[in-house]
Formats: sequence, C-alpha cells, structure tokens
Amino acid sequence: MAAIKQISIFAENKPGRMAGVAKALGDAGVNIRALTIAEAGDFGVIRMVVDDTERGYTALREKGFMVSETDVLAVEIKDVPGGLYEIANSLGMNNVNVEYAYAFVTAKAERAMLILRVDDVKRAAEVLSEAGVRIATKGEIQQI
Amino acid sequence: MFEYWNPRIERMPVDDLHELQGKRLRSLVRYVHDHSSFYRQRFREAGVEPDDIKKLSDVTKLPFTFKIDLRNTYPTGMFCLPENWVVRYHVSSGTTGKPTVVGYTQGDIDMWTESLARALTSVGLGREDVIQVSYGYGLFTGGLGLHYGAERIGATVLPTGAGNTERQIELMQDLGSTAIACTPSYFLHMNEVAQKMGVSIRDDTKLKAGIFGAEPWSDETRKRIEESTGIKAYDIYGTSEMSGPLFTECHLQNGIHIWADLFLLEVIDPKTGEQVEDGERGELVVTTLNKWAFPLIRYRIGDITILNNEPCECGRTHPRIMRILGRTDDMIVVRGINVFPSQVESVLMRIPEIGDHYQIIVDRKGPLDVMSVKVEMTESTFSDKIADLMSLSKTVARLLKGVLNITAEVELVEPGTIPRSMGKAQHVIDRRKV
Ligand SMILES: [Zn+2]
Repeated sequence: MAAIKQISIFAENKPGRMAGVAKALGDAGVNIRALTIAEAGDFGVIRMVVDDTERGYTALREKGFMVSETDVLAVEIKDVPGGLYEIANSLGMNNVNVEYAYAFVTAKAERAMLILRVDDVKRAAEVLSEAGVRIATKGEIQQI
Repeated sequence: MFEYWNPRIERMPVDDLHELQGKRLRSLVRYVHDHSSFYRQRFREAGVEPDDIKKLSDVTKLPFTFKIDLRNTYPTGMFCLPENWVVRYHVSSGTTGKPTVVGYTQGDIDMWTESLARALTSVGLGREDVIQVSYGYGLFTGGLGLHYGAERIGATVLPTGAGNTERQIELMQDLGSTAIACTPSYFLHMNEVAQKMGVSIRDDTKLKAGIFGAEPWSDETRKRIEESTGIKAYDIYGTSEMSGPLFTECHLQNGIHIWADLFLLEVIDPKTGEQVEDGERGELVVTTLNKWAFPLIRYRIGDITILNNEPCECGRTHPRIMRILGRTDDMIVVRGINVFPSQVESVLMRIPEIGDHYQIIVDRKGPLDVMSVKVEMTESTFSDKIADLMSLSKTVARLLKGVLNITAEVELVEPGTIPRSMGKAQHVIDRRKV
C-alpha cells in the first residue's frame, strides 16, 4: 500500500499547545517531516507526517493529546513548471477528491513533496502512478 | 433479592401513614414551641398556636423556615436541645454566606441510619455486599451517613473516602466491592482513571450498583454510567439540613422514596408559597417528623422537583420525588431565561461524540449575557476533519437551543482539560458576579 500514516492532533487555540506537541515528539526522538495547522476559531487540528509514526503517536497520547491516524499519500512534485497542476489534474479527471494537501521540502532540499488527503486513497495511488507521479513509501519518509 | 428493611412501615396503607404523619406533626409543633425561642416567635408572628395543628392538612398554617434563618442563628441558635444532648455535629460549607451547623442526638443518628438502611435494602444491597463509600468523610454528611447505613444492613464497608483514585480502584478489585457511593461526577472520573490503568469496571471488578448523589444529575448520565460500566446507577437524595443523604430510588429506578413517617414533604410554587398539584414541578419544602436536636418546620430547601404520591410497584406506599432538577440557588438566569445545569447535562450526555465532563461559563459582553458550554472531545470519535468538528459543535449548540431556548456557544476542548472533582463538580462558572 502506498499510503502512509499522518498523525492528527486536536488542539485548542491556546498558547503553548504547539510547543507541547513539539516537546513530546522531541523527547521521544521523533522527527517531524511535514506539518500543517488547520484552524477553526477556538480549536484547530495539527496534522503532521513524522519519521516514526508509531512512536510519535504513543508519545503524544501519553502526554494526554488527542490524536488520530489518517491515511495520506506523500507524492513528489516534479521540479518543472506545472508539476503541481499535473497531480491535481489527474486526480480531478478521475473523480478523486482532495480533502486537503500541504507541501514540504526534504531536509537537503533535494525534492519538493506533497502530502495529500483524498477520499479514495487506493484509486488516487493508481491514478498518480499511471501519470508517472512518484509516491513515497513509509521507508522513504523515514529516510528523508 | 429485593427485600424490605422495615416492611410494616414501608408498606403501610396510605391512610394509616397520613394518620401517623398527622400525629407526629402535632407533637413536633408542640415540641419546637416548647423548646425553641426561634420557633415560638415565628409561630407568634404567623398567629398560630400549637393547638391549631390537629391534622396533617393543617401543616399549611405553619410559617416557612428559610436558609437565611439558619445563617442568622449560626451556630446553634435553632437547636431544640442543649448541646450535651448532641452526640455529633456536621457542618456544611456554605457556598454563599455562613456554614450551617447540624446537631444530632443519638436518636437522630439512629433515624438517619434507619432511613438509609431501608434505602440500601430497596436497591437490593445486603449482608453479602461490600460497599465502597467514596463520599468525603468528616464534616460533610455523605461519608459517615452512608457508612452507618451500610453497616446497619450488615454489609461490609470499605471507607475509602474521596480521592486517591488509583488506590480506590485497586481496593475495589482486591476487596471485591459490589457497590459504590459517591458523586456521579467522581464515578465518571474513576471510570476514566480505571481505563487508563487498564482496568474495566465491567469485567475486572464485582461492582454492580452505584449510589450517586450530592449533586444534581440526569437520566442521560445514568444511561452513560450504566452502559459504560455495566452497573446499576441509583439516585440518592438528602441534604445536610435534613441530616444528610437519606433516600434513594428502589430497584425500579422510578423516583426517590421519601419515608413519610420520618419526613413530611411538600412541593410549592416558590412565588406564591401554595402547594402545587401532584405531578407539578415546584420547590421542595421539608418538615422533619422524627428529628430532635435540629428539627425543621416547613424548611424551604430550594431544590426543584415533582412529587408523586402514587404507591410504587415495588410495594412501598411512601411518596416519591422525581430526580432533582436543580436548586433554586443553582439556577442561572441568562438573558432573562432560567437555566438549570442539569438541563444542559441531559442534552450533552445524549451526544456520544462528547465526553462525560462539561462546564458552563456565563459572562457579560457589553449589555448582553453570553453563555458558553465547554465540552471535551473523545478520542474514539475524534475526526481529523475540521468540517466534522465544526458540525459537532453546531449539533451541540442546536440541541442546547432546543431545550434551553437560548443560544450557547459551544467550545470543544481537549480531553482531560475540564477540572475533575472528588466531590461536587463545579459545573457553572459565572463571571458576571465578579
Ligand atoms: Zn419502589
């Protein structure tokens, strides 16, 4: 399966919550690969991809955070004009809905990656592979 | 399995019961008149003589007693016997103003214990049971009251008191507690802690019954407790002025049996002071019929409930009161509308996506009252999607509006962030008073 696990954390909008998340992960030796925050007034959801999902999940739970795991795809954005369009277009043409997406650049700035949350992960993986888009595996995310 | 502690009294024909009440009321009025300058003066002001009280229905001729009277006569000005008759004091912490001191003769303690022995028997507890008393011991009446009642029926008491929750759960397992007595909010907290310890109350303990009270709670909370832990949850009622916790539902869970030989209850319209029809909501008024150091005549206790005089299917003939909706003191007025925390609770507990704990915050923004309700997310239903979370808070707000008729802001918070309580939970924070 090409999908990787994303960790989502429910967080109230109050000072120090983000720092608390970062500390819990840091103390557990877990590195954050990509992160985004979706806000809605009093609360938000922090979404992240880390190198060791299981350890990160456990560390956050032990610190009392409310966490859940979601299947997402990590795809490489080609370093050419229209790289992102290609991805979005092939999903759209095949009726795969993108619920949200966020991008990050790998540590050595070698590659730009996109985390995609779609309504049909399996179908999205097929469509993207056919379009020649590279999908990163769990192992690769750990290695980046 | 479901027996009577005192079958002759508990199943006494209603007419006989009323006659007994009338007789006891007559001697009580004579007694307080002779023993208390406070009541003597009150009777004089109301133009009533002890001889005017001949039968039960004459009770309405008597003047009311108010909380303020207890405060004004602090500490022992309303006692009807000298202190050397008193074998125990309990003191209730007044949330507003001075505390109330209640004194008990040996006979008063025995009456209290008898009342609870009947109650505990009516929910099927007896000699074989281990009753964990997790109410606070000490000046608060909950701990010692239940303790004596449980011992009287021959059960084994595990007097843990409140707090030290992990140890309570260990002892519950090791000593095989079959029943627990505490506030419903503390039991919910205990269940949370047990889960964190990897202990399932349903599978890993022998607990089968909970006696929950000292704070208003709802049928929806009962459902939640029963479904999540597999125990039967019973409501208990009684305030420190009356002695302490005194009455519970029977195993049929259909109203709290009030022992009419011991207490005379009326439900009145708080505005007019007139008794309301049976089945109508009103304020509870208490007259003690067998209590001597600190008797009460038509005491306005402030709890809102409904009286039901129909004999119960369990065979008990004594009147029942429905679950306490709240206290007139607990009622908050938001934009001119009366809100009881228990109404909010009954809405929240119907929504499986939110946790067991909540807090109501009332504040003033400019000229307007704003009510917000904090509820905790639960891990099992946490969705990563913002839209789901928004729609959850909208659903809660819509259901609250349906019941309360006012708009409340709903704030979703992280689990474990609403303060837990070992005793009475603080469900309302009113910032307008500050
Ligand atoms: Zn009954």
